[in-house]
Amino acid sequence: MRHLLGIEGLSQGQITDILDLAEQYVSRNRQPDKHVGGLAGRTMINMFFENSTRTQASFEIAGKRLGADVLNMSMATSSVKKGETLIDTALTLNAMHPDLLVVRHQNSGAVALLAEKVNCAVINAGDGRHEHPTQALLDALTIRRRKGRLHRLTVAICGDIAHSRVARSNILLLGKMENRVRLVGPRTLMPTGVDKFGVEVFEDMREGLEGADVVMMLRLQKERMDGGFIPSEREYFHRWGLDAEKLGYAKDEAIVMHPGPMNRGVEIDGEIADDINRSVIQEQVEMGVAVRMAVLDLLSRPTHNGRESLLA
Amino acid sequence: MKTFFADARLIDPEAGTEARGGLLVEDGAIVAVLPEAAVVPAADRVVDCGGRCLAPGIVDIGVKIGEPGERHKESFRTGGLAAAAGGVTTMVTRPDTIPPIDDPETLEFAFRRARESSPVRVLPMAALTKAREGREMVEMGLLKDAGAVAFTDGVRPVRNTRLLQRALIYSVGIDALVIFHPQEPGLSEGAAATSGPFASKLGLPSAPLLAEKLQLARDLAMLEMTGARGHADQISTAAALPLLAAAKAQGLKVTAGANVHHLTLNEYDIADYRTFFRITPPLRPEEDRVALVQAVADGLIDVIGSFHTPQDEESKRLPFEEAAPGAVGLETLLPAALQMVHSGMVSLPRLFACLALNPSKLLGLPGGRLAEGAPADLVLFDPDAPFVLDRYTLRSKSKNTPFDQRRMQGRVLGTWVGGGQVFAREQG
Repeated sequence: MRHLLGIEGLSQGQITDILDLAEQYVSRNRQPDKHVGGLAGRTMINMFFENSTRTQASFEIAGKRLGADVLNMSMATSSVKKGETLIDTALTLNAMHPDLLVVRHQNSGAVALLAEKVNCAVINAGDGRHEHPTQALLDALTIRRRKGRLHRLTVAICGDIAHSRVARSNILLLGKMENRVRLVGPRTLMPTGVDKFGVEVFEDMREGLEGADVVMMLRLQKERMDGGFIPSEREYFHRWGLDAEKLGYAKDEAIVMHPGPMNRGVEIDGEIADDINRSVIQEQVEMGVAVRMAVLDLLSRPTHNGRESLLA
Repeated sequence: MKTFFADARLIDPEAGTEARGGLLVEDGAIVAVLPEAAVVPAADRVVDCGGRCLAPGIVDIGVKIGEPGERHKESFRTGGLAAAAGGVTTMVTRPDTIPPIDDPETLEFAFRRARESSPVRVLPMAALTKAREGREMVEMGLLKDAGAVAFTDGVRPVRNTRLLQRALIYSVGIDALVIFHPQEPGLSEGAAATSGPFASKLGLPSAPLLAEKLQLARDLAMLEMTGARGHADQISTAAALPLLAAAKAQGLKVTAGANVHHLTLNEYDIADYRTFFRITPPLRPEEDRVALVQAVADGLIDVIGSFHTPQDEESKRLPFEEAAPGAVGLETLLPAALQMVHSGMVSLPRLFACLALNPSKLLGLPGGRLAEGAPADLVLFDPDAPFVLDRYTLRSKSKNTPFDQRRMQGRVLGTWVGGGQVFAREQG
């Protein structure tokens, strides 16, 4: 594995390897001395063309705990604004010999494009509506730890599927690991041809949650609430917001997930989000650091044939 | 001076035949078409066709030349050289230049530049509305008298139907041809792919297939309402075909074109966001491609064009949805279109009806035929010659071809415009 551009290219075995390694970092991260020296001397650059405090911080902490030199570039305010193309920016940074590039970009496929032009490992931290692989991996680790397995589970992904890269990566990953995936949401927020994705689609949230082991809520972007995709925020909450009543249709021990940041009272009721018996939202954040450490670690392992790591 | 094209496989789209024979050319026109057995006429020069195909030169409607405004992407000279190498003897150019060709002065500039530098014929089209903004109609009469062969706002449909109605009615009075782009603009805006599982998987902004049927229905109703003569620039979906067939059966003055890229590529060619495959309208599912090829074979599609759209490297080295749409096509039009012949779906005479005869008829040109009196605009080609396309060998100033590194079959060996040779392929 040279880059991590998406879940699509990963096999079941590779996913398991990443999660197993991440598991080790989870315990490590809970100790007072969190430093692991594996990436000492390596340079890691965070390039976020789209602002994200959480994901960027998670990658930064992951890199630093592994001992890498981490540089954050806020691309939204840099030379990209002056008209420099994505590829030129990539080539410029490439000349500084980074070992790892973590990239988020607003356009689907942009991270793959950049990966073609550089000779270091590239990690997709979210590209347009396409993929967000580390999010799906951290979700998988959270589910595996809570449910004791990552197969034969019924997972309901709810909300704005159409615009969500988190949903796409999760559909791919959960499908590869042989789970039942349900998509729940208004039809205006379902991607066209979604029936070909090997999932079940529900308009009615109660039907969609019936018997689910995992309820995964997605963030509804503010700009979708203006009447263009759904009539209003309150109508959305009424029909697709997760509250105790709707959650009652899922299994009693079902867990509630959210990639954050949450809109309380829009897609999720505040009390559900904070219910320590059901909500694993804080745990997802914790798993995020561990999964990213595992990915950075694996991508940095040199083997006999160049950069090919043990995973490839 | 008399030139005799000997031992050719003559592709005659008018008669729908291909036969061995020869062609005698004098003063820029065809003076005799001779069957194989006929006596070889006296000529000053003999071109031995060696049994290869000789067909009327291609008339390519919808070529973008970057003059005025974007000469760094394509000039009349480089575009003309590319055309000659592709067997295109007439480029019918688009008005979506910077500034757009929407008044006689700009049109005259294009004509003058074309005369100075293009080795092939150039016939410019003019915008239908001023600045292609859909608010006021252009000086259609003045532009037509100045040589504009058709009126079109390119890929920007006129949204204001009242204005469109008037422009169409006006066009009837001066017998002008209006070319429309049947893609519903509200649904198509910003679309980089066709809606469906594939576009959803890639996470690309997309337009539904039916956006074409929707707009075509409007445009056909407008033609029916006004009695105007209209041509749909590119039909690309199966769903639009029955509508088109019904309109033709009803007797509306409508013809339709297809983009060779829609006839030879499908949406899966986009693969991992290859921006050279971003075109307008976007590539379609395979079922639509097959239906479209069938429509070419059946005669429902009248015209095939390259929709040559040069884009510089900077415009294409971007994330897919940010990349400029369009592909160069003058040099690859014939080998790409021959794919339909090699697959057995379309005959050579039928192909040249779409490439030469029908576009000539549509624009009222005398060419597109292998007949006495027709201009000697000719292309000699070997339909079977295989090659691998290397985009850097293209004569076009821009190299944005989706066929880079693709195995193709069919090479142009020579091109003549008005009896004068404008291209000869180097041997080897």
